[in-house]
Amino acid sequence: MEQLITCINCPVGCRMTVNVENGKVVSVTGNSCKRGITYAAQECVAPMRMVTAVVPVKGRRLPLSVKTRAPIPKGSITACMHEIMALRLSPPVRMGDSVIADVCGTGVDVIATKTVD
Amino acid sequence: MKSAWTARTVDVLVVGSGPAGLAAAIAAREAGVTNLLVLEREAEMGGILKQCIHNGFGLHRFKEELTGPEYAQRDIDLVEELGIEVRCSATVLSVSAERTVTAISREHGLMRFQAGAVVLAMGCRERPRGALAIPGTRCAGVFSAGTAQKLVNLEGAMPGRRVVILGSGDIGLIMARRMTLQGAKVLACVEIMPYSSGLNRNIVQCLHDYDIPLMLNHTVVDIQGRERLTGVTVAQVDFKRQPIAGTEMHFDCDTLLLSVGLIPENELSRQAGVTMNAVTQGAVVDDALETSVPGVFACGNVLHVHDLVDFVSAESFKAGKAAARFALGGARGGRTVAVLDGEGVRGAVPQRIRLPEAGEAVEAVQLLFRPACVYENATIRVLDGDTELIRQKKRILAPGEMADITLKPDMVQRLSGKDITVQIEAGEGVCAWNS
Amino acid sequence: MPVEILIIGGGVVGCAVARELSRLDASVTLIDRADDVAEGASKANSGIVHAGFDAKPDSQKARFNVAGSRMFAGYCREVHAPFVRAGALVLAFDAEQRAHLDKLLAQGNNNGVEGLRMLEQAEVLAMEPAVNPAVLCALYAPTSGLTSPYELTCALADHAAVNGVRFQLNTEATRITRDGSGFAVETSRGVIRADVLVNCAGVFSADLHNQISPRRLSIVPRKGEYYLLDHEETPVFSRTLFQTPTKMGKGVLVSPTAHKTMVLGPTAQDTADALDVATTADALAQVREKALLTWPQMSLRTVITTFAGMRAHEVGDDFIVGETEGAPGAYEAVGIESPGLTAAPAIAQALAAQIAAAHSLTPKAAWVPAPQRPKPFADMTDEERQAACERDPAYGSLVCRCEQVTEAEVRAAIRRPVGARNIDAIKRRTRAGMGRCQGGFCSPRVMEILAEELGISPLAVTKFGGESRVVVGTIADAAKGDA
Repeated sequence: MEQLITCINCPVGCRMTVNVENGKVVSVTGNSCKRGITYAAQECVAPMRMVTAVVPVKGRRLPLSVKTRAPIPKGSITACMHEIMALRLSPPVRMGDSVIADVCGTGVDVIATKTVD
Repeated sequence: MKSAWTARTVDVLVVGSGPAGLAAAIAAREAGVTNLLVLEREAEMGGILKQCIHNGFGLHRFKEELTGPEYAQRDIDLVEELGIEVRCSATVLSVSAERTVTAISREHGLMRFQAGAVVLAMGCRERPRGALAIPGTRCAGVFSAGTAQKLVNLEGAMPGRRVVILGSGDIGLIMARRMTLQGAKVLACVEIMPYSSGLNRNIVQCLHDYDIPLMLNHTVVDIQGRERLTGVTVAQVDFKRQPIAGTEMHFDCDTLLLSVGLIPENELSRQAGVTMNAVTQGAVVDDALETSVPGVFACGNVLHVHDLVDFVSAESFKAGKAAARFALGGARGGRTVAVLDGEGVRGAVPQRIRLPEAGEAVEAVQLLFRPACVYENATIRVLDGDTELIRQKKRILAPGEMADITLKPDMVQRLSGKDITVQIEAGEGVCAWNS
Repeated sequence: MPVEILIIGGGVVGCAVARELSRLDASVTLIDRADDVAEGASKANSGIVHAGFDAKPDSQKARFNVAGSRMFAGYCREVHAPFVRAGALVLAFDAEQRAHLDKLLAQGNNNGVEGLRMLEQAEVLAMEPAVNPAVLCALYAPTSGLTSPYELTCALADHAAVNGVRFQLNTEATRITRDGSGFAVETSRGVIRADVLVNCAGVFSADLHNQISPRRLSIVPRKGEYYLLDHEETPVFSRTLFQTPTKMGKGVLVSPTAHKTMVLGPTAQDTADALDVATTADALAQVREKALLTWPQMSLRTVITTFAGMRAHEVGDDFIVGETEGAPGAYEAVGIESPGLTAAPAIAQALAAQIAAAHSLTPKAAWVPAPQRPKPFADMTDEERQAACERDPAYGSLVCRCEQVTEAEVRAAIRRPVGARNIDAIKRRTRAGMGRCQGGFCSPRVMEILAEELGISPLAVTKFGGESRVVVGTIADAAKGDA
């Protein structure tokens, strides 16, 4: 199965044609460098994304900004956001603290990107 | 002028504590300035980064991708470590050519400073709907994308639920994703140009990922809704960017976000008599980021609107270092040569390079500029008068991605004294749209 | 039992009437359909205080225009509203237009306008170097002025309120019927009974009139669209510049405002929908085209915004001011389009005198002067700013950077006798949100202060009342129910 994707690694944005069979990348054309192949391989088989959001904090006007510690499967973004939006946090929270462990069974934590005293 | 109080002397005064101000202050401290003050009008440091909760910052500087608040915190931690004095909730009211700065805050009332050097790092503002004169009603529900971003990320409020975005610059793209993730439906991103001015990664991760259509060569021609927005009319535009009659389509929506341009906030700079550049809408500066007013420096988005915060920090470190040198050691003398925008180049910064004097240490000069349109396989050329100094091939050059080219120290050493020109020589690729 | 007077309409005329009536021993209430005063045409016009050469002789427009023009400077001083005696030029570019100016000059003299004279090209260009050098001559009206129509309206409302006038907003009059010797007014918030009615309802004034009078009046809403340009370091023009009037109105003007911004416009389009104040591409294009005649170097680089106002044009082409025909006890100011702003002080004075005489109303023993308006922070010297901060630390907190408006002033705008309850109302009273960034920077903070002062949730803050909520909920709400 052929997929057309745009590489996001650098401003060139190579348009690549990727052939995927049985969940494996068979060929990649249109890339200018090796990083494109790596990106294509991941993107066409199991696209991953970082998710960032804000969560209300009890007693505080400013919400807390959070992120997944690492990229999670693109297909899990919606479920991940549901878990994040259901969060009710109380201070204090330190930058880097895990606020959701293993979000949506991805094995990735959601962590605070700010400290709230 | 009568004065009930004397101005406090400060060696280096930095206006703004966004990434530019913080970097300038850090550099000034590291260059030996102890009498250093940063004035910040918001309650906390960090500038616009506070509301940029998405990631993508710091890949060049820190070799890792951070969110805006995390990137800001690196500099905030350093500022605190270095014991740099920062006054928040303090708004600068005026900067004079003699470097007298007045500011006001709840805590301190009216403050006056006499600065050895001033670093202007006020950032930029967004072009509002009014400036575009989009016809229609003046209902609630029309926001500039940055204001909407502030409402969502710093106030926890939802600006709306059915959204159309005008402008495919990075702020518009980021907000398309933001609004979608927080439960809104984003119907389209409408872009008047034939290309997006945003980064490719944002188009993929903010629009493609969520099946949000990018409508190039389109614009919003009417806004409807008596009290709250009920819809907008979008039309295709011709090569002169004028709406084409008969192509109108209607979107039912309650929110219109505008990402239609950033304008450096130079009110204070103008007051100080700084010479401005019409293309960048920021100050004219030399390679030390010094403006036409001695001892007044400018860096970051107030100088020219950046895409990458890493470049802001690099530029601002330079400005802070130069401000320190000025405050501690006095002005640089010597001649400068102009850096001109040649074919295909817009807003090259710095606009002047000082010719080094005999014996002094020479630094590289990084020129930043925007391509006038999209180029494929083009060549950046830097000329000293008619002599070519640099030829650099580039696969892609786009107006949405600030380009850079560096004159190495030995090159700067050997400058002839004629004007420098930066230009783009088109390759086989198409460049159909000139600004 | 005090006489109950109900004023319908809180525009500049209604508030001026309220202020005049507040001098008298009567019980006065003013209602308006909107969430603030000045929400109709009073906030959306050029702010020009017309000299009076343009009105037809012996018309009500001429009478009230000239009288108002003479009163205006003192009037604004009394209520602490801005007024600038800027002067005006009506430009002529050919012989035919010059002949028209001759007619205007005669007409103006007839109407009692002072100081009118013709200037030749050289004098015109000496006065206003940026005017089209092709100008032939101009009619100079030194008495023409500038004010801020919404600031004036708010100041009049405050003055009326401190002298006992009750302001009831979000109250739309829908039906008036006789009730004994008085009237019963059905409104969106219940029935109000009054002995005396004063109809100052702008575009809706004919509808209300027709409910109680055998005489038929007809208002054709006439939309006018404008550009507003930012202040430059050196103002382009110091005086109002008119082009020779056409049948449809005063033509496109180019004028500084009382706040040193610049206004271009208006157009004149008749419309069926009195509330349709949307700007249109065609009308804005017309403004641009026509303005070039006066200002060939026109640059829209500094456009801050565009807006439209709806004129209450009565088909008889004149004001109808006085007791409503066939409805004793009801008074009216119908069809108050341009020169309505200029005429307002005179109209109010005339109506109040008429009402006082007819109902034997005597002046109050003590009439409180208009509340002092503190000097705007933006206009203060450093010393004044320091003193202000010492008095009230909220002066040290800048909310609107573009117009230099402090937290103290935003709070004061909410606490005024007829105080601001929404973002646009704060904008009109303080200028916060009127500058280059059009509220981009200050609106979240203004929302917060409004919520605090009014004791409401920030979610309930509106742009101008009704359904114009700024935000639709919190991020927590979005989590419930949505996909």
